[in-house]
Amino acid sequence: MAVHLTDVRRIFSGREVLAGIDLSIVPGEFVALLGHSGTGKTTILRILSGLDRADFGTVRVPAARSVVFQEPRLVPAKRVWQNVVIGHPQNGQARETAISALCEVGLGQHVDAWPKTLSGGEAQRVALARALAVEPDLLLLDEPFASLDALTRMRMHDLVAQLWERHHPAVVLVTHDVDEAIVLADRVIVLNAGRITLDVRVNVSKPRLRTDARFATLRQRLLDELGVISHPARPD
Amino acid sequence: MTDTLSVFSDASETAARTTPSASAAPRVARFPRLEDLSPSEAKSSRWRQASPWQRRATRLLVPVLIIAAWQFVSEVGLVSDYVLPAPTAIIAAFQELIVTGELQRAIVTSSARAISGLVIGGTIGLVLGLFAGLWKLGDDVFDGPMQMLRMVPSIALIPLFIVWFGINESAKIALIITATAFPIYLNTYAGVRGVDNKLIEAGIIFGLDHRKLARRIILPTALPSILVGLRYAAGSSLLALVAAEQINARSGIGYILTIANQNQRVDIIMAGIIVYALLGLALAAFMSFVERVSLPWRTDIVLG
Repeated sequence: MAVHLTDVRRIFSGREVLAGIDLSIVPGEFVALLGHSGTGKTTILRILSGLDRADFGTVRVPAARSVVFQEPRLVPAKRVWQNVVIGHPQNGQARETAISALCEVGLGQHVDAWPKTLSGGEAQRVALARALAVEPDLLLLDEPFASLDALTRMRMHDLVAQLWERHHPAVVLVTHDVDEAIVLADRVIVLNAGRITLDVRVNVSKPRLRTDARFATLRQRLLDELGVISHPARPD
Repeated sequence: MTDTLSVFSDASETAARTTPSASAAPRVARFPRLEDLSPSEAKSSRWRQASPWQRRATRLLVPVLIIAAWQFVSEVGLVSDYVLPAPTAIIAAFQELIVTGELQRAIVTSSARAISGLVIGGTIGLVLGLFAGLWKLGDDVFDGPMQMLRMVPSIALIPLFIVWFGINESAKIALIITATAFPIYLNTYAGVRGVDNKLIEAGIIFGLDHRKLARRIILPTALPSILVGLRYAAGSSLLALVAAEQINARSGIGYILTIANQNQRVDIIMAGIIVYALLGLALAAFMSFVERVSLPWRTDIVLG
């Protein structure tokens, strides 16, 4: 197992944000966590990353793990390559590692740039390169595309899919976006009020097109689970 | 409007239906009043289109005119030489001071006072600021006293320092130290505390321990704020220098001023004041240089 959670509970000031989560993820599996705001998605991710601790239950995660946050979280005073290897030993090898990670995300020409000079999409790719440079067994993605424009987001989906094919870490993607979850994940988990209410495999063949009937069926099922009622548009 | 609401809530849908006047009213779009924002000759002032050289020449012209007017007023005798000596008289005073070597010695002495005070005070402020900013213990121990002490105007300490250190160099430098330590302390503390917690979290995720967090994330990110403190401290060091040199100066610019005062040489007094101003300008230019070199990633450096 890459991730093994049993009966994980987390309580913030008397409110049970996670009310008993059981979750196992096998190595190399891509899991999307869906849910409304405040259902505990991000709390699970923070517990998996080690930034937060559960109050009850057992949590087993790989030692080599990394996170791409919603914002790039780059150190403005460090050049792009230094940000990519921020946690590595600072030796001659570090720059090489950074350059190869940056080339993988298509930013080979920005190695020596300052983070402030990058666009939002580029900065997020640097964050992705930083996460890959530690060769994680578990990659945690906390709504990493939420603040990008729609076109950039689609390109990022392709990039993440490619990188996952190549490195094959277990991935947990937290998202609000049902389509994003279906396009990228092997398995989609819906959270509601701190519990897992749905856990489905995505059995749509790749590349997953929105026009695929199974895509539409799964999409509708997930939207129903999330309590979104999608009427067809009515004429006024 | 009612349409989009009904997707989310059935209540608003029924509400919209029960008030037919709202939804059934014919929607006729009014023609709005238009505002002309297209580029036009008349609207942008001619001065905005002036070349940088024109603007620079104008900037230079104003002080030149003021000095010329000053010279004129002195020469026709509108103002007595004793109150306001002519610019040429002040230049002559400079010559006098330079020929005797007095000015050069004074500048070296005064700069040495300002710089040694700034270095010692700055180091104290920086170390305490880092200690209080990075460690809770340091915060609890130092921040309270520092916040209280910074309220004391440093010039008010002169009598106390004369009692403690006498009237020689140490009293002067002690005054400059107290004037410079606080701005650096406050800005270092604020800079370290102001580092976004999200960056720290990212650092923890990528395996940084406390020392590496401080070195690789906190200090570089806090550096702009620390340099703002240094800039303030540099200004304060000069203020404190002027005040300190009123204490029984036997050398330095303050000494030149004291002697000139006794001899009623207003031209030399003016020259001394100008030297203080030039020292201030030199310090400001130096600080801009330091900021440009140490913050290459900042595109929005605030000067002055």
